Amino acid sequence: MFAEFLQFLFSGITVGAIYALVGLGFTIIYNASHIINFAQGEFVMLGAMSAVFFVSVGMPMPVAMLLAIIITIFIGLALVKLAIEPARNASIVTLIIITIGASIFLRGAAQVLWGRNFHSLAPISGNDPIMIGGAAVLPQSLWILGSAMLIVMALRYFFDRTLIGKAIVASAHNPLAARLAGINARFVLLLSFGLSAMLGAVAGFLIAPISLAYPSVGIMLGLKGFCAAVLGGLGNPMGAVLGGLIVGISEAMTAGYISSAYKDAVAFIIILGVLFFRPSGLFGIRGTERV
Amino acid sequence: MNLATPRTGGMLALAAVIAILPLLLPNSFYYDIVILIGINAIVCIGLNLLIGYTGQISLGHAGFFGIGAYFSGILGANYGWPAFASMLAGAAFVAAVSFIIARPIMKLKGHYLAMGTLGMGIIISIVLTQEGDLTGGPDGMPVPPFSVFGFSLYGEKTWYWVVGVSLLITVWLALNLVDSPVGRALRSVHGSEVAAETLGVNVPHYKVQVFVTSAVIASFAGSLFAHYAGFITPDEAGFVHSIELVTMVVLGGMASTFGAVVGAAILTVLPQLLTVFHDYEMLVFGTILIGTMIFMRRGLVPTIAALFGERKE
Repeated sequence: MFAEFLQFLFSGITVGAIYALVGLGFTIIYNASHIINFAQGEFVMLGAMSAVFFVSVGMPMPVAMLLAIIITIFIGLALVKLAIEPARNASIVTLIIITIGASIFLRGAAQVLWGRNFHSLAPISGNDPIMIGGAAVLPQSLWILGSAMLIVMALRYFFDRTLIGKAIVASAHNPLAARLAGINARFVLLLSFGLSAMLGAVAGFLIAPISLAYPSVGIMLGLKGFCAAVLGGLGNPMGAVLGGLIVGISEAMTAGYISSAYKDAVAFIIILGVLFFRPSGLFGIRGTERV
Repeated sequence: MNLATPRTGGMLALAAVIAILPLLLPNSFYYDIVILIGINAIVCIGLNLLIGYTGQISLGHAGFFGIGAYFSGILGANYGWPAFASMLAGAAFVAAVSFIIARPIMKLKGHYLAMGTLGMGIIISIVLTQEGDLTGGPDGMPVPPFSVFGFSLYGEKTWYWVVGVSLLITVWLALNLVDSPVGRALRSVHGSEVAAETLGVNVPHYKVQVFVTSAVIASFAGSLFAHYAGFITPDEAGFVHSIELVTMVVLGGMASTFGAVVGAAILTVLPQLLTVFHDYEMLVFGTILIGTMIFMRRGLVPTIAALFGERKE
């Protein structure tokens, strides 16, 4: 009974950590530019697919992961240079459509390069489950949790303690004042897409051994990451992490105790419920509108 | 009657295009594409009232399209309802659902609104997929043909006129709404909600009204599509379809009823043309989408209208 609960909890925390990473990606870009990057899920897909590709050509796992991160970051930067910067000053809806265009493009590119098939990726340290309190935990889950925690801590340090990180936070609070203080807005934009792409890639190759890798794997992961970011209050990084865990755990509990058919709906039901009562997310600051 | 205004002139031009087009369509394959353009255009005109005029985004309108389609399918196929009755039942259901969720959803702003409508659409499509006993599940279900007084509507040529007339009626309704006091109120909401409220516009009331209107239009279009296509799947209500609809509105030009028609036409035809690229279809489609949005930010129709020096209203 308790072992069962623990089992669901572990699997919930595992996917929750992935949603948290994707949600953080949304948050960072939103803070730097107020854009919702609908290609965030595609970063996850690229991380997974390119890691699979590099392993299949015989590279050792760590090298494949590093290359997957580099490639995804490169694509994130190219996205800014080729699609976001040329459309500067366009309305937010237009920018959203551009990122949707980019996500269709990237899915198409992945299909051309790697085909539509499902690929599997070997887990980092084997498939033998570790028994904790009667629940079987895959080593990959521990890798996911450890990496997610490390990334969250590193990001906190980056945003709170480093000059560049503070520059991003400053641009999020007041873009004009940040520019007047000498912060290079274009650099901040590039940096935020690079960071988000990196987070996406890491989430991608970490989840690939569990979810498999295929060109459309990013759609649902991206949307649920968006849920996580909004749930925690858009623009609040720790909120996104908590949002991801809430979504992941509720999903696993629903699948375990209620019905696995409606597993994918849980994230969206939670988000609607929360937004109806707290229109700015759980931890969002209720903003006042300047007229 | 001034023919030079976009209102009457545009209506006549659209009517003329619909009347002449059959002379140019060589076979039923082309009819099929034009009919799909018409159905998409009807949804987009409704959605444009919400996005273009009122400034409220919806990433879940395919959900309402899907409910309309499945009401026609389920009531028609499983319970033998006449097509008109099931179509009206679907529209009434969508009106009720959208009315109930409109107040809390329309309170949301910006990206929260995007998230809320997106979630709503996805929940609808998941329900349609999972309630397999009623809906046939992910494989979809057949829909009986549309019959009126014992006559069944068959064939692309008949449907061409049905959809053509429905499109004209929708355009007429939308243009009337936009030019009415309601339309002015909606545009004032787009400009500034606070300013509109200060001037005595009941902002929540109008937002709910336009949300329900656009949802019901989508439901009617969904019913038309279900009877025309004869087969529906949950994809009709899915996220990808919702995004397609928004893209049509934005590409054609926001706050332009004819822009919605043009956007629907282009994004319906484009994938057909791009099939020559085989595997590269999505690559090319994504590139065109990005390119258009970079170079024609306000959408095709307003940009082209500005090129011809027309005064923007």
